[in-house]
Amino acid sequence: MKAKGKVFRYGNNVDTDVIIPARYLNTSDPKELAEHCMEDIDADFVKNVKKGDIIVADKNFGCGSSREHAPLAIKTAGIACVIAADFARIFYRNSINIGLPILECPEAVANIEAGDEVAVDFATGIITNVTKSKTFQGQAFPEFMQNLIAVGGLVNSINKKL
Amino acid sequence: MGMTMTQKILAAHAGLNEVKPGDLIMADLDLVLGNDITAPVAIDVFEGINAETVFDKDKIVLVPDHFAPNKDIKAAEQCKKMRLFAKKHDITNYFEIGQMGVEHALLPEKGLVVAGDLVIGADSHTCTYGALGAFSTGVGSTDMAAGMATGKAWFKVPAAIKFVLKGKFNKYVSGKDLILHIIGMIGVDGALYKSMEFVGEGIANLRMDDRFTIANMAIEAGAKNGIFIVDEQTIEYITAHSQKEYTVYAADDDAEYDKIIEIDLSTIKPTVAFPHLPENTRTTDEITEPVYIDQVVIGSCTNGRLSDFAKAAKIFEGHKVAKGIRTIIIPATQKIYLQCMELGYFKTFVEAGATVSAPTCGPCLGGHMGILASGERCVSTTNRNFVGRMGHVDSEVYLANPEVAAASAILGRIADPTELSKKEKL
Repeated sequence: MKAKGKVFRYGNNVDTDVIIPARYLNTSDPKELAEHCMEDIDADFVKNVKKGDIIVADKNFGCGSSREHAPLAIKTAGIACVIAADFARIFYRNSINIGLPILECPEAVANIEAGDEVAVDFATGIITNVTKSKTFQGQAFPEFMQNLIAVGGLVNSINKKL
Repeated sequence: MGMTMTQKILAAHAGLNEVKPGDLIMADLDLVLGNDITAPVAIDVFEGINAETVFDKDKIVLVPDHFAPNKDIKAAEQCKKMRLFAKKHDITNYFEIGQMGVEHALLPEKGLVVAGDLVIGADSHTCTYGALGAFSTGVGSTDMAAGMATGKAWFKVPAAIKFVLKGKFNKYVSGKDLILHIIGMIGVDGALYKSMEFVGEGIANLRMDDRFTIANMAIEAGAKNGIFIVDEQTIEYITAHSQKEYTVYAADDDAEYDKIIEIDLSTIKPTVAFPHLPENTRTTDEITEPVYIDQVVIGSCTNGRLSDFAKAAKIFEGHKVAKGIRTIIIPATQKIYLQCMELGYFKTFVEAGATVSAPTCGPCLGGHMGILASGERCVSTTNRNFVGRMGHVDSEVYLANPEVAAASAILGRIADPTELSKKEKL
């Protein structure tokens, strides 16, 4: 599995309240949530995002609430992958469970700017900044996690086994 | 190698003699919690799993508290979905409006969590129950759904930071100030993926309400859980509220910690977290320029318990809320509401010019009952001050203890309670 896209770049401690503000949590419809994704940190995100784009951020991405609406909104908005120096733990768990690929790689994060084109190979964990012609070794996904993401999350994976 | 309190609880629930940090385990759950924001998503997921019903109808708790009493039609539909699910699966612990409260104040009060339990909740502040010597942690809706179906969840065993407390708080200082002090010191990711374990002789000087407040905000330091040693006060609380059997786990003498931090409670001062992160802390004596405010909120799973209102009422006695300040008091549960009424706190609040709301998470997450307009500032006893948390993206939230919040309401700016007595002397 691979991803390649244009980068939206954010800083430290991007919290779940800016990823999807609570005022929109009176619905659980992924499409409606995606329409407000990143609204309070980047009002133009929804207008500019294209399917396959990548979010890159610094430390503690997804901190705060346990709302699964956050990774769901990002995934539904078309983001193929989130790369950060590290993630808040509930967000990390939720992303894996709903099949949003996320990678921790501080070196890559330090060398990626907004608008760069980045390619990710989930099997090897290799992250390439195509614009700057630089390559970084991120965490490779174990096979079960690759399969989980391929089938679209934990539930599909459980049901596939049943 | 010795184990921490958290590691012992996880090992016991996974049927293992020993676990170490980094181990991936499958553990049995004593309780699975959801609310009107997270449960509807979990219900959709649950219905996608090939499970006929829940693993144990007595071990699931559903609480409509975030956007309830229903704030709009969409919220009403979400609550309805949860209510119908509770009915269909005969869930014992579904709490309707009139019985409900803010979930993390409600569950201990109803005796649903005791020492040694392993609890997951689709709400990040589920870590509150660590005050009772339980392992409890926030998860997402998919984990909640899988937990409801199977009674199990997987965990990565966390390493830990040990906080050794000694001494006693000074006047106008409480659990909120200690946890804000700690977050200010280690940062919002200072305990990422880790347990925060609270031990030491100073624990005896912390009331249960203080411990709930401290464990509640462990997540604001990125922690997986916060947990306290079990002492006489804990046992007294548990036996007064619950019939459930409890188990006390103490850390081994040779348990390993990534860090050990000693704190003398007498050195903690009233502390306020400035926008837009809980780590942006200043003690009230460090605030040199006046910070004028528009609103004060006293309530939430962090500071919506009886002792919080007792303290706030004491400050409000004989004073009025400053002109133009909206002060909103939100008792966290029906029981606390009734106690506040019986003890005369409501009279004090209303006479001071504050308003009292029904139990709800409401304004804490920008839901309802006190949303901020652009440019407005609120002093709040809640737990998060992120951008747009309580309303408009250009509003600001300052986190504080209930006494600081009350004093701020009276003076119309962020204030230390000692400023009131000075004023009286003049």
